[in-house]
Amino acid sequence: MTAFLTEVGIPFLWIVAHGAAILVGLLIFLAFALYMDRKVWAAVQMRRGPNVVGPFGLLQSVADFLKFLFKEPIIPDGANKVVFLLAPLITFTLSLGAWAVVPLAEGWALADINLGILYLFALTSLGVYGIIMGGWASNSKYAFLGALRSAAQMVSYEVSIGFIIVCVLLAAGSLNLSAIVMAQKDMWFIFPLFPAFVLFFISALAETNRPPFDLPEAESELVAGFMVEYSSTPYLLFMIGELAAAILMCAMATTLFLGGWLPPLDIAPFNWLPGFFWFFLKTLFIFFLFAMVKAIVPRYRYDQLMRLGWKVFLPLSLLMVALTASALIILRGGA
Amino acid sequence: MLAPLLTQIAFYLFSAALLAMASGVILARNPVHSVLFLIMAFFNAACLFILMGAEFLAMILLIVYIGAVAVLFLFVVMMLDIDFVALREGFWNYLPIGLALGVVLASELILLAALPTVALAPAPPPPEILQPNIERLGEVLYTRYAHFFQMAGIILLIAMVGAIVLTLRPREGIRRQEAARQVSRKREDSVEIRKVQSGEGL
Repeated sequence: MTAFLTEVGIPFLWIVAHGAAILVGLLIFLAFALYMDRKVWAAVQMRRGPNVVGPFGLLQSVADFLKFLFKEPIIPDGANKVVFLLAPLITFTLSLGAWAVVPLAEGWALADINLGILYLFALTSLGVYGIIMGGWASNSKYAFLGALRSAAQMVSYEVSIGFIIVCVLLAAGSLNLSAIVMAQKDMWFIFPLFPAFVLFFISALAETNRPPFDLPEAESELVAGFMVEYSSTPYLLFMIGELAAAILMCAMATTLFLGGWLPPLDIAPFNWLPGFFWFFLKTLFIFFLFAMVKAIVPRYRYDQLMRLGWKVFLPLSLLMVALTASALIILRGGA
Repeated sequence: MLAPLLTQIAFYLFSAALLAMASGVILARNPVHSVLFLIMAFFNAACLFILMGAEFLAMILLIVYIGAVAVLFLFVVMMLDIDFVALREGFWNYLPIGLALGVVLASELILLAALPTVALAPAPPPPEILQPNIERLGEVLYTRYAHFFQMAGIILLIAMVGAIVLTLRPREGIRRQEAARQVSRKREDSVEIRKVQSGEGL
């Protein structure tokens, strides 16, 4: 029994404790990221934004959270109950589960697996299930149309994200996220691969259904898209899941292009700050860009979105792969 | 490294879930539920791959089969207008065929296990590999099997071209949006300012 405890129990508990620490930190961060999102949005439009709950409205997300929890969950008549309730859970779980492999600082990944980048890619590509199941199970035309749009959109932009990831891992020579960061020790990949970064940024917006590509929930035409029938905690789970996926994309951009936890210059004032803060600041910066895009750019039309994905981004990202591979062969002497 | 016992527990957990989900695929009344069960079965199979150390296969299973192929499945099934009564009518007609198929597959499996020459010996424990298996796969795939790899690529390309040709039908009288033309349009092409005298019109 003691052997069982030491061999199975302790490592298991250790993993659980690590995971819980990451999740709690992440959820608190998400609350303030949402606040920041709304504040940036408000500032661009010369509004005040949330400013009532707590100092400067800092506790607005907490108030929203409690409000959602105490509302009555309504399951529409004729809905497929199990699938209906499973959908937000899937979105939520997948978007949080992906954080297991993200290296927050040197050696700070819960699971530093060899195929970290593929794991991230796999989990983001599964995110479509939450939406499509929710839309179908709601037994409503608006929800179903929203889900169909979203599924097509996410599947399309996944392709170009995949190719951009290929560029990065060609340059880094590894699929391990920590190794990818370490490969940027001398130069962040954003400099040699700048076009790929731009493509990744825009595809990330589309993949996570952020504005200007938030067609699944285009409220002017589909009310709230696939979420229209959701209320209370299931709705909250969808919202947190979406936000977590968006921040995950920011963290991915940081890891792939902005050198993860590495300081901008490895000299005195910069490397005093621990790696985690650099990672945090960079992720926050990308998220700030996300918020600015949301405030500035008008929503795309659906056919424009599809044209952009298949006719512009796919060829461009394919070209990037070819260019990166050729450049590497020339630079490294045909290795 | 996880303790071997933990790995074993995980193995039985995932295998049991896989079997349960696989039976769900054929037992579920609603085809959408069947597809969802199928996806869960794929997912558990991916977990089993990881336990065996084939993490690349697991990820590809997740990305290609669950992330893309099964989504299309789900699309098609959800769009179908299903009449549940009509669906169950054919049950007794198809039963013999299904049973025959099942018997053939089961006997093949039993035969395989019973044959002394190819007896399913317990797989040798994977050697302690420090190199990630994507690198090993790549080394074999792009050197020794490079030609097969390219052949597979050409077959897929032909299939893709075929699919596009089959679905492409030129339609008349459609106003297409041409982004290049729209962007290159100048002010002079479309707007003109004229002084209009009152009571005269243009």
